[in-house]
Amino acid sequence: MSRLIVGPFNRVEGDLEVTLDVADGQVRAAHVNSPMYRGFEQILQGKAPHDALVFVPRICGICSVSQSVAAAHALADLAGVAMPPNGRHVTNTILAIENLADHLTHFYLFFMPDFARAAYAGRPWHADAVARFLPERGEQVRKAIAARARWFELLGTLAGKWPHTQGLEPGGSSRAVEPGERTRLLARVREFRGFLERELFGGTALEAFDALPDEVALWAWHAQQPTRGDLRLFLSTMLDPVLAALGPGPGHYLSYGAYPQPGGGHAFAAGVWDAALQQRQPVDTAAIREDATHAWLSDAGGPRHPGDGLTEPDADKPGAYTWNKAPRLAGRVVETGAIARQLAAGHPLVRDAVARHGGSVFTRVLARVLELARVVPLIEAWLQALQPQQPYCAETRLPLDGEGMGLNEAARGALGHWIAVRGGRIASYQIIAPTSWNFSPRDAAGTPGALEQALVGAPVQPGEDTPVAVQHIVRSFDPCMVCTVH
Amino acid sequence: MAREPFNVLWLQSGGCGGCSMSLLCADTTDFHGQLRDAGIHLLWHPSLSLESGGSVVALLNDVLEGRVRLDALCVEGALLRGPNGTGRFHVLAGTGLPMIHWVQRLAEQAGVVAAIGSCAAWGGVTAGGANPTDACGLQYEDERIGGLLGAAFRSRQGLPVVNVAGCPTHPGWVLDTLMALAAGELDAGSLDALGRPRLYADQLVHHGCTRNEFYEFKASAEKPSDLGCMMEHMGCKGTQVHADCNTRLWNGEGSCTRGGYACIACTEPGFQEPGHPFHETPKIAGIPIGLPTDMPKAWFVALASLSKSATPKRVKVNATADHRVVTPAIRRTRLK
Repeated sequence: MSRLIVGPFNRVEGDLEVTLDVADGQVRAAHVNSPMYRGFEQILQGKAPHDALVFVPRICGICSVSQSVAAAHALADLAGVAMPPNGRHVTNTILAIENLADHLTHFYLFFMPDFARAAYAGRPWHADAVARFLPERGEQVRKAIAARARWFELLGTLAGKWPHTQGLEPGGSSRAVEPGERTRLLARVREFRGFLERELFGGTALEAFDALPDEVALWAWHAQQPTRGDLRLFLSTMLDPVLAALGPGPGHYLSYGAYPQPGGGHAFAAGVWDAALQQRQPVDTAAIREDATHAWLSDAGGPRHPGDGLTEPDADKPGAYTWNKAPRLAGRVVETGAIARQLAAGHPLVRDAVARHGGSVFTRVLARVLELARVVPLIEAWLQALQPQQPYCAETRLPLDGEGMGLNEAARGALGHWIAVRGGRIASYQIIAPTSWNFSPRDAAGTPGALEQALVGAPVQPGEDTPVAVQHIVRSFDPCMVCTVH
Repeated sequence: MAREPFNVLWLQSGGCGGCSMSLLCADTTDFHGQLRDAGIHLLWHPSLSLESGGSVVALLNDVLEGRVRLDALCVEGALLRGPNGTGRFHVLAGTGLPMIHWVQRLAEQAGVVAAIGSCAAWGGVTAGGANPTDACGLQYEDERIGGLLGAAFRSRQGLPVVNVAGCPTHPGWVLDTLMALAAGELDAGSLDALGRPRLYADQLVHHGCTRNEFYEFKASAEKPSDLGCMMEHMGCKGTQVHADCNTRLWNGEGSCTRGGYACIACTEPGFQEPGHPFHETPKIAGIPIGLPTDMPKAWFVALASLSKSATPKRVKVNATADHRVVTPAIRRTRLK
């Protein structure tokens, strides 16, 4: 058995270190270290509750809006307010624009460039991957950065800027949309739709891709024109069964439900998908615990519900190997992200692909790309639904004492904020981010987290100090390390 | 003969990565092409480069040992000195060494050191509250000079740390600064008294604010989504804060005030602890404490009360609405 310490890991958000125990060309055990601590949960203590809306987006520069929305939901829960329909539609639109930008960034800038590595020279798709995805030079990388910048101009209008808007309030949005503005906002959305349909989906309408009923239909779509469009190139790489099977997940998938609707419910339903039983179960947030046994944090009182959470650094703690706590749902390791969201929402293609392959590099990336096709039409519908002369923001009076829970679906999955207020000040603020779940360390029972499990069995070639298979698996989760520890 | 590339190494520590994400929103049809055309070569960037793990550590050592020339070291995020001065709140992955150790040693090799964003410049949000990680900026700790590298630090080219402050920082501020550095056009005189490039820091956020008519008449917003001026009640500091946010604009046509929320002074040292809730204007006897820069207080009060009494109905009504309730009257503007 030999040990590899891999880092710094780039093309993930934030810093990450993975320790691998390797024998016979395979990873036998993995320990995931989130090596940076900033202490937002400590910083927020004693502040005016509304100040959370300044601090929490700055937890993360890539999921900034997601953090704001979770905080706005927590404060709305605390105050007992609901957004008017216009405020809800604009909030959903702002969130969806960030989520889709993150999916785009992940595919073009973070994930696909690994297929341009020299290790893959000789594969039939390698030259194409280099031409398209080599960092800084790849043709599609450069196009995607330009498309992303244009896309975010929607948030210049709707949210003042990205990242770190303060336009998201518990009662809705601070920026009303004038009827005349909607016309050009919709035109801008169509521009992005055009990029996706042309470059990513290779001449296929978003609705047509979203309508693919199962994996057989997906491969038939690929076979029509196997070299056209960036997604088909990804699928070509996945024809290698070793690559497609990399990174099996834990088999339980958590989604809090995405894009709440004014009349109740979500555009993508909440649920815990049990892959073995092929069943969706309700999310019981009371069953969430954070176990700090292997974190450089106090574990006084044992695993805690975030409503009663504790964040107290202890850098010399024996047995600890990360700043991240281990979140568990009813004691179980769960995976979260686009794959969980689409499983819970019941998308037939994702359910079929996961039934065949489980959670894997292939199915995680597929679910993310599917959301690019699914969510753009939702944004168009939300903008169309805005009602002139109707309010965008309900007035909110925060109570001096109380609690609130704010749930949200970030690009990377289930994000929860729990706030307690005493005497008009924040007494406790606890955050569990998507990558806190996915990149969890071992818990008190020694059960590894989702990535730690997914890395077991990954092939390590002779001489590799930063195994490329490990990189695919890590990046398939689209980790956000700055959110993970916060 | 082609000129030598301007080698940039970019590191992230106690921040959110948002300044890099903001940078990618730069107003250009070809981000990497623009860098290349300006002679800028990214040795390594955490979000953009292919290299990972061992090859990155090898590059850092090449720089330290003089095998690779470092023209600009860009640091994003605060420097975490805790716990107890060990720097263990951020140990750079794969190296076993605190990031502050790497930054101190690399800074000695750098032609210029740039703080990208307010965390790297002053400590920023990461130094908020009780500052649990003992975070500071490269050469400042809030407005006190010092920080990680010390007041006396000068880079190989003789410059103090260049503070491209902002939370996040604007992509244009970063690109213009890097391009000016690469062209050899940025000297000590190009920086303001806090080390910020004057190309954006010689203006106020107030300049170009679309709410200026409301400001002129002190017609004030009272709640989020109101159209009025946010200085009197909503905590806006745009009249005092150095940055060109309302003339350079963000993500196309945006800015904080255009997005319906206050300027919270994110380019200024110590902005994270204003001493009052961000969304409320602190006042004494009904008068905001933070009055516009360069204006005698008595004059401001006199002008404010005069302009309030002269406020047109249109401006007054629209100030507390989320859409234009009263539109401007139509008048002939020619002499006859």
